[in-house]
This record gives sequence, C-alpha cells and structure tokens, in this order.
Amino acid sequence: MVDDVALLEALRVGDERAFRELVTRYQTSMTRVARYYVRSDATAEDVVQETWVAVLRGLERFEGRSTFKTWLFHVLVNRARTIAAREARDVPADASDDASALGRRFNEGGMWTDPPTPFTELIDNGIANERMIRLVHDAIARLGEPHQAVVTLRDVEGLTNGEIAQLLELSEANVRVILHRGRTKVRAHVETSLRGGTR
Amino acid sequence: MKLRSRPLVCREAVEFMSNYLEGALSRRDRRRLEYHLRHCDGCTNYLEQLRLVIATSGTASPDDLNADVVDGLVEVFRRVRDESPQ
Ligand SMILES: [Zn+2]
Repeated sequence: MVDDVALLEALRVGDERAFRELVTRYQTSMTRVARYYVRSDATAEDVVQETWVAVLRGLERFEGRSTFKTWLFHVLVNRARTIAAREARDVPADASDDASALGRRFNEGGMWTDPPTPFTELIDNGIANERMIRLVHDAIARLGEPHQAVVTLRDVEGLTNGEIAQLLELSEANVRVILHRGRTKVRAHVETSLRGGTR
Repeated sequence: MKLRSRPLVCREAVEFMSNYLEGALSRRDRRRLEYHLRHCDGCTNYLEQLRLVIATSGTASPDDLNADVVDGLVEVFRRVRDESPQ
C-alpha cells in the first residue's frame, strides 16, 4: 500500500488517483467520526465533503509535523463542531444499552455460566478470515456514538488514546471507558453471530 | 502496609481487559488480572477474542464504499484543483 506521504505529494500536483485513494482509505472512518457530532448521515457526508475541500485548499500549509491522518481528523472535527453548533445540539451522551451483552453470562458468584470458546471458525492460519473481517466491521457500523467514533479512531485508524482525547475533547480515562464498552459490544456481536443467534 | 487484593471474579476480569491491552492498568490490577487468567480458561478465551477483534478492526474492510459518494468527491476535487490561484 502506498503511504499517505506519497499520496500527498501526488495530490499536490493534482493527481486525481491519489485523491481517490485517500478518499477510499478514510471515507468510512471520517463519516463515523463526523456522525459523533451531527444528527444525520446526510449532514455527516456534508462535513466530510467540506473537510476534503478544506484539506485540498490547505495542502500547502500542511507541514507534516503531525501525520496526515491526525491533521485530517482535526480538520474534520473542527468542521463537524461548527455544524453541530449550528444544529444547536450538544454532543450526545452515551445513551446506548451497554448494561451488557454480558450480564447474563455470569452466575451470582461472578463466574462464567457459559464460558467463551475460541473463535476457531473465524481464524485461518492464525489470522482473521474474511468472515471475521466482515463481522467486525459490521459490528462497528452498528455501534452508537460515542462508541463508534472512539473505536474507529483507536482500533481502525490506530490513533493513540491521547490523540483521541485531544481530538474529541474528552479525558483519556473517558476515552478508555468508551473504548472498553465499544470493544465489548463488537466482541459480543461477533460471538452472537457465530452462535447463530439473532439480535 | 500492603492490603492483600481479593481475587477477581470473571465478571470483574472482563472489565479490566480493554485497559489491560491498552497498558493502562495499575500494576496491582494487572497482577490481579494475570493471576485470574492463569486459572481461568473462559477469561483467557475472552481476552484472545478481544485481541482478535482489535487486530481485525485495523484490517481494511471488504470495500463497501458507495461509488457515487467517491465520484461526487472527485468532482469536488476537480473544482478545487482548477480554482484559479488567489
Ligand atoms: Zn474468569
């Protein structure tokens, strides 16, 4: 895979394929993070579009002191905040039901009643197979906010907890709590699908 | 004076795992979790599942990107590129 730096160089000289590649690389994550701030998918798409315009116009000013990815998400979050403020809406509280996919898995003593077993059907030669990849991305797509934004930034895009805390204006401890809940749900979704459960 | 930590039960152990993988547990909690894991297959499996989920999240998904969205953005790209420089 061509790295971001090479794509940026190409972008600076107007290479359309480089742009297409960057869009493909980041579109899904950008939309999810935008969705953390704005009310609808349509608005989130607008935010993403405005972000790309700002990025293209600001290309000259990007000095590579942060990674392109970090810069991109900063621009995105700034746009999303502006629009969210226009929507006169606060950042959503954690409204989701994490009161746990796990609640009923423990007995009164807190031990497993039905212990997890390895995801052997989802691993080929030690790595996740196609089915696992689909299940995980499907699970992330189903997460509510703020879990979706945090899991996307941490586990999909690989930002640090510190970077995410700064970006979303949360404490690092808060980011870790949200991350934990998000991961718990993703794992539970995979397990449930595997067991043929419907949820 | 050092308080002896009560052993974790599974319900508590799973709550520690994400932070364990983030390297964000206190030394004491890390030891409690590792002690529990040595004696509990269920939680060991759970931790492995979590590791796999996290590793898989970083793997690009089979491309389900909406082609219209990309084409629309490419249009925007052309417009910005062809703007006369200020
Ligand atoms: Zn256990």
